Amino acid sequence: MHAKTPTTPKTGIAVSQERGASSTAVRTSLKLLGAGPVVILVALIILLGFLSPYFFTGRNLGNILSQTAVIALVAMGQHIVILTRGIDLSVGSNLALASVVGALVFKSTDSTVLVVVAMIASGGLVGAINGLVYVYGRLPHPFIITLATLSIAKGTALELSDGRAIQGMPDFVRAIGGGSIHGVPGSLFVVAGVALLFAVMAKTMVWGRWLYAVGGKPEAALQMGIPVKRVLISAYVISGLCAGLGALLLAGRTDAGSPLFGNLLELDTIAAVIIGGASFLGGRGHIGHALVGAIMIGVIRNALNLLNVDIFFQLIVIGVVIVIAVEADVLRNHLEGRMRVLQAAGQT
Amino acid sequence: MTKSFAVSRSTDTVLDVRNATKRFGPVLALDNVSIQAHRGQVLALLGDNGAGKSTLIKCISGVHQIDSGMIQLDGKPTLMRSPGSAREAGIETVYQDLALFDNLTPAQNFYAGREISFPSWLPPGLRFMRRSEMESVTNDVLERLKVTLPGAGATVALMSGGQRQAVAVARASVFARKLVILDEPTAALGLRESRKVLDLIAQLRDEGNAVILITHNMEHVTELASLAVVLRQGRKVGELIPTKANQHDLISMIVGG
Ligand SMILES: Nc1ncnc2c1ncn2[C@@H]1O[C@H](COP(=O)(O)OP(=O)(O)OP(=O)(O)O)[C@@H](O)[C@H]1O
Ligand SMILES: [Mg+2]
Repeated sequence: MHAKTPTTPKTGIAVSQERGASSTAVRTSLKLLGAGPVVILVALIILLGFLSPYFFTGRNLGNILSQTAVIALVAMGQHIVILTRGIDLSVGSNLALASVVGALVFKSTDSTVLVVVAMIASGGLVGAINGLVYVYGRLPHPFIITLATLSIAKGTALELSDGRAIQGMPDFVRAIGGGSIHGVPGSLFVVAGVALLFAVMAKTMVWGRWLYAVGGKPEAALQMGIPVKRVLISAYVISGLCAGLGALLLAGRTDAGSPLFGNLLELDTIAAVIIGGASFLGGRGHIGHALVGAIMIGVIRNALNLLNVDIFFQLIVIGVVIVIAVEADVLRNHLEGRMRVLQAAGQT
Repeated sequence: MTKSFAVSRSTDTVLDVRNATKRFGPVLALDNVSIQAHRGQVLALLGDNGAGKSTLIKCISGVHQIDSGMIQLDGKPTLMRSPGSAREAGIETVYQDLALFDNLTPAQNFYAGREISFPSWLPPGLRFMRRSEMESVTNDVLERLKVTLPGAGATVALMSGGQRQAVAVARASVFARKLVILDEPTAALGLRESRKVLDLIAQLRDEGNAVILITHNMEHVTELASLAVVLRQGRKVGELIPTKANQHDLISMIVGG
């Protein structure tokens, strides 16, 4: 009896310390994983500064930003869709159609306001079709409907434009897409404004909370009385609106609307969201992830250009980065499972 | 005080389900089932796997709609069109799968779908949340129930089965106004956490709620329930006042011996 008592508490303490230590280790790994994309981006930028003297010139940075702006903007909409466990494959053609619609409106009316409204509305309309058909058509997954609208929007854009770019955009649109204020591209202000708006909406509005709930566990969202259908539709409408705004930037930069705009934009935006660190499984991530991912893609492209790596190889590099990002997501899930076990052990 | 209150009002029928029938395609999940739940009492709903227990409570909480029959709440026929309308009517449910959002914190889980928000003239989704208020209420409740969690801001994903169950039951306890339904709330729990949840159920009952408890644990039934109803293959096959002496009868009713 007396001999036993001193040993028992000792082992008890040892066990709980070890548990505490591994729980902290898991938590730290989770934090590191969360910070991963930003750390990698910063490291990449520093590395490139060393590798190419041209990288840090104002002109090159401006280039990266204005090339990234469209991806970033549309990726923010894509991020909101992915938050709800969805995917929007139609963003690229949606953008093309919106730009063509804008160009045609400009041709026939000369009105700046109408052009801007038409582009954004066109984007929102395609988004609304995605959302409505997905939800009310009881489709098992948004893949199919957004694939369909990818095709339909592209076809419509080609039809309306006879397959050719239509020159001419209002001054205001050109200024936003291609102009700059004190060397800062105008498109950057649009991206920053939209990002700020989304960040505030996601964090402070009930709608934002519902997005995360629907993406986290759709069945539970229903059981808790969240209007799941409306939340889903809103996500696709917003993604569409972002595509419309993206059209505005791209059309402004090129002074044209074209059915060939936004080619492979769905891949770039999905890649941006995933590389940035949002989860493909839904319900996790924030707007910053979309931005970081978009910049990362822009920087990687730019770097490979500066280093004279050909365009085919760029696709391969970005593909590899996607795989790494998805594996990081898997690892995060694994660590969370580990944490649950540790918590359960800590209880008994 | 509480006791005399509970006894004097114990005949108040909060929920009256009459001849509920529910089909899933060819499966007759509920066949003419009638149950009543009374204020200040625990009704145990028993039955083997697949007996229709979860289906019945999902019909009450608005997840499913009955094909025929009637559900009365406080003596008024009520159509539970959606989980939201059932919650508004004062029915709280702890589902078998807990209906917790792994990606959200306990406070966010507590208030999911009924966030404290302003201004009230806007549609609910477009309002702004009062986050600190929701957080402080949640923390108070969890503290009162002595639920230990991995950390204030931690999401449910990081919690053990027991912690999750505690969060789900605590959530129901905050919002319960008339009827609390618990679908196997102690299934994943060890002895100590089970005790905590059972105490919580007793507390909900004493506060004047009607409670429906689904469980496979006969000890819990005899401890808490005033009446036990047994379902088998979607049909109600019996009901009795559970005591230590008739546990055996109850079990043979469940397995159909
Ligand atoms: N959504 C559904 N669609 C089709 N069939 C269903 C559905 N929900 C339940 N069922 C069927 O209805 C029957 C009753 O199921 P229910 O889940 O109500 O049983 P239970 O008594 O809760 O069982 P358990 O103890 O395993 O939880 C089963 O045959 C089940 O397969
Ligand atoms: Mg069940």
